[in-house]
Amino acid sequence: MLWPIDLIVLTFVIFCAVAAITVKDLLGTAILFSAYSFLMCLLWAVMGAVDVAFTEASVGAGVSTVFLVAAVFRTSRRTKD
Amino acid sequence: MKFLGFVIVCLTGGLLLYGTLDLPDWGDPASPASTHLSDDYIEHILEETRVPNLVTAVLADYRGYDTMFETAVVFCAGLACFLLLRDFRPKKDRYFRHIPTGVMLHVKNPEVRIIPGNEFEHMDREWVPSDRIIKTVCRILIPFIQIYALYVVAHGDFSPGGGFQGGVIFGSSLILMAISYNLKTLMKRVTEKFLSIFAATGVLIYVGLGVLAMIMGGRFLDYGMLAPLVPWDPGHIRALGMLGVEIGVGIAVMAVMVIIYVNIVSEGRHDEGL
Repeated sequence: MLWPIDLIVLTFVIFCAVAAITVKDLLGTAILFSAYSFLMCLLWAVMGAVDVAFTEASVGAGVSTVFLVAAVFRTSRRTKD
Repeated sequence: MKFLGFVIVCLTGGLLLYGTLDLPDWGDPASPASTHLSDDYIEHILEETRVPNLVTAVLADYRGYDTMFETAVVFCAGLACFLLLRDFRPKKDRYFRHIPTGVMLHVKNPEVRIIPGNEFEHMDREWVPSDRIIKTVCRILIPFIQIYALYVVAHGDFSPGGGFQGGVIFGSSLILMAISYNLKTLMKRVTEKFLSIFAATGVLIYVGLGVLAMIMGGRFLDYGMLAPLVPWDPGHIRALGMLGVEIGVGIAVMAVMVIIYVNIVSEGRHDEGL
């Protein structure tokens, strides 16, 4: 059955989302966002929306992480708050 | 203040979750979308467009107008990145290496111009020698990634994928080249002019196909009207029209992804980056 996979992935998604806004290191946040996107991609694939999963994997987990890392590289690595 | 923000976020989230209670269940056959709309698409798409992937058919044909403006939005994102970040002023602190002797030059006077060529080589400020393993692996990997991207664009009609995904994958293969070597290696092969022209060409291909359908006597983006232009089976003309549109989207997205990356990572100077 697929529902335990659903629940496990959903738990990890929430964990990643909470971690991404609490971690002070912005580079870590970028990587956590990447993990979040990849888990969302798994969720889309489980639900049968393969096209959306494909987009999420390439845009969310791939290119946007590179953009975030590039932005961190040119600004500061630690947040002020 | 932080506590107030937390309360507001919790309230908004709770309201949103409460709002989802009214939504139909996932895969509910009695939901309004599944009662007539989805059935209509599933029954008629194959005979109307001859495209097996229903998602692509809806995106590129039935909702082609939306996808055209999505492409325009991606183009505008690249344009905004260019206008906000691009910096044409020369840098004050520059480093050069005199190739025959290996001496490093630190140029602080902005009026001194050294043209990189056989004698002088431009060096990055935070230059780290690239790892041989990373360089070799990326050099082998990049052509395969690019072939895969072209496959995703070309097979958007038959399998998951399409212009957006293929364009992003092609763009990330170029970004990978910039990361594994350095930004100059990429900008030497893929110049800014090339990228800008490609970004605009992609949108132009999409809109051009729509206008061509109008010239042929149909409505905007009505690919069925292009049938006299191709010598093959006219039944497949909608699939071919979608393929043309997907190629346009792929070109635009590929160029815009590289433009955004290059402008962010080099603070708009296009000289040194990650």
